[in-house]
Amino acid sequence: MSEPSERGETALSYTADEMMTVTAARALRDGMTCFVGIGRPSEAANLARATHAPNLVLIYESGTIGAKPGALPLSIGDGILAETADSVVSVPEIFNYWLQPGRIDVGFLGAAQLDKSGNINTTVIGPDYADPRVRLPGAGGAPEIAAACREVIVVIKQSRRAFVDHVDFVTSVGFGDGPGSRQRLGLTGAGPRRIITDLGVLEPDPDTCEFVLTGTYPGVSVADIKGRTGWDLQVGRDLSELPSPSPAELAALRGLIATMPAAVAGGAPPAAGAPAEGAVR
Amino acid sequence: MSLAEAIAAAMHDGDTVAMEGFTHLIPHAAGHEVIRQRRRDLTLVRMTPDIIYDQMIGAGCARKLVFSWAGNPGVGSLHRFRDAVEHGWPAPLEIEEHSHAGMANRYAAGASGLPFAILRGYRGTSLPSQTAGVAEVTCPFTGETLTAVSALRPDVAVIHAQRADPLGNVQYWGITGVQKECVLAAARSVVTVEEIVDELDPRPGAVVLPSWAVTYIAAVPGGAHPSYALGYSARDNDFYMAWDAISRDRALFGAWLDEHVYRAGGAAPVANTVLAGDTRSAR
Repeated sequence: MSEPSERGETALSYTADEMMTVTAARALRDGMTCFVGIGRPSEAANLARATHAPNLVLIYESGTIGAKPGALPLSIGDGILAETADSVVSVPEIFNYWLQPGRIDVGFLGAAQLDKSGNINTTVIGPDYADPRVRLPGAGGAPEIAAACREVIVVIKQSRRAFVDHVDFVTSVGFGDGPGSRQRLGLTGAGPRRIITDLGVLEPDPDTCEFVLTGTYPGVSVADIKGRTGWDLQVGRDLSELPSPSPAELAALRGLIATMPAAVAGGAPPAAGAPAEGAVR
Repeated sequence: MSLAEAIAAAMHDGDTVAMEGFTHLIPHAAGHEVIRQRRRDLTLVRMTPDIIYDQMIGAGCARKLVFSWAGNPGVGSLHRFRDAVEHGWPAPLEIEEHSHAGMANRYAAGASGLPFAILRGYRGTSLPSQTAGVAEVTCPFTGETLTAVSALRPDVAVIHAQRADPLGNVQYWGITGVQKECVLAAARSVVTVEEIVDELDPRPGAVVLPSWAVTYIAAVPGGAHPSYALGYSARDNDFYMAWDAISRDRALFGAWLDEHVYRAGGAAPVANTVLAGDTRSAR
């Protein structure tokens, strides 16, 4: 994808992936506490910290609180996270004392499959759990992150296969069966507030809890996005076009990606039928 | 006692074995020793099976896997795990899966000598419908519905630490994960360490396991590779990425196993502490 800058500057070339990561980074405000999944959420959170949100508090499920990595970690337990953290706590402590009581502002998750109510599947693809078509990594920290963070943002590439009417397995609850579901289940956080894809942004309709299209990227049509959604995607009343990445955002993002091992930075293709994005951590 | 002797003494076919280390301090050398000793029908417990269990599953050590996230962190799938689940190769693998919070609390319950732990979790997910050991409980004080998860009580815990002293006290720091709970929940434990030092001087955030809480210790420098030991080594991210191609193909995996595990022999044995008996509290 190559689009002219909206700000009248020299035209910038950027990819759909870069637009997604930049949009995700913009969703984080300075000073927030953020429970970070590995992969694209971690890229976006670190981009936010390198640009508009220097005081963003990054929390990884390995127990590293306030990590300030200068290079992007490959895993949630890279040494750089422990060495730069304000505090390192045990795994039972990070979940019980820090996540569970609702201390953390935003949970930043990836997904392999999600549905129109924002429920996430990272467990199995196919109707039969005992004989799955694709075995995904599983839950990790995501169910409790999705339950207990004050709000949740999901970052996922959009496709008909990934965006389905009903997920094959509910690994992490979004809005469950619809309005009132989270309250009935005793889930303390507000749930998913935004789904950020490589095409645009979806947000929940306040009445139905169904995710509707509220933002498109430059050069991407509503028809394109509907064509890559497995349910009958509705368009929100306040649909807007989101600004393309600024030169500073792109430079910061590419600088971060350059710190990654080559095979990952080059975008090693995921296994057939097994999105690497399925890694929710 | 060498690592080979420690594994031979601690671990038997059919045991429930938990080898922990949350990305950091994963006891890979001990895992290779289990493969070399051809232990079979193990129930393998670990929050993040990682490459270590991918290798043990592919080598045919496991009957069942208890876990919460089975991926190659930042890279993608664990292909030996997937081959076992999707195609039953080299043997069918029974699975029991939880969330991280659930597994961490299950270990904490085991370490506490309690039959179950309580958390806010699993509610509304499909996990309880497929996983035994998850149930709803009502708080006797508030009436709130909460989730109970059954305690984990492994026969053997295996961990890697930075250091031990000659008395057998164990010290590790950095990302400390769930290893303390794992060792205290288990009947027996094997700890590999980077080095034996005369005295354990304090390190920020360090956990110390007193010698009487540990069963066997063996010095295995580099025993966490391709994971790492903070202060001693860096995570070998290149190996984690290379594992994707090695593990994708059964023949390639077999050749790797042959060269790097079966024909590699054990790590150089270093004499160390042996404390016999069940280290759990009597009950």
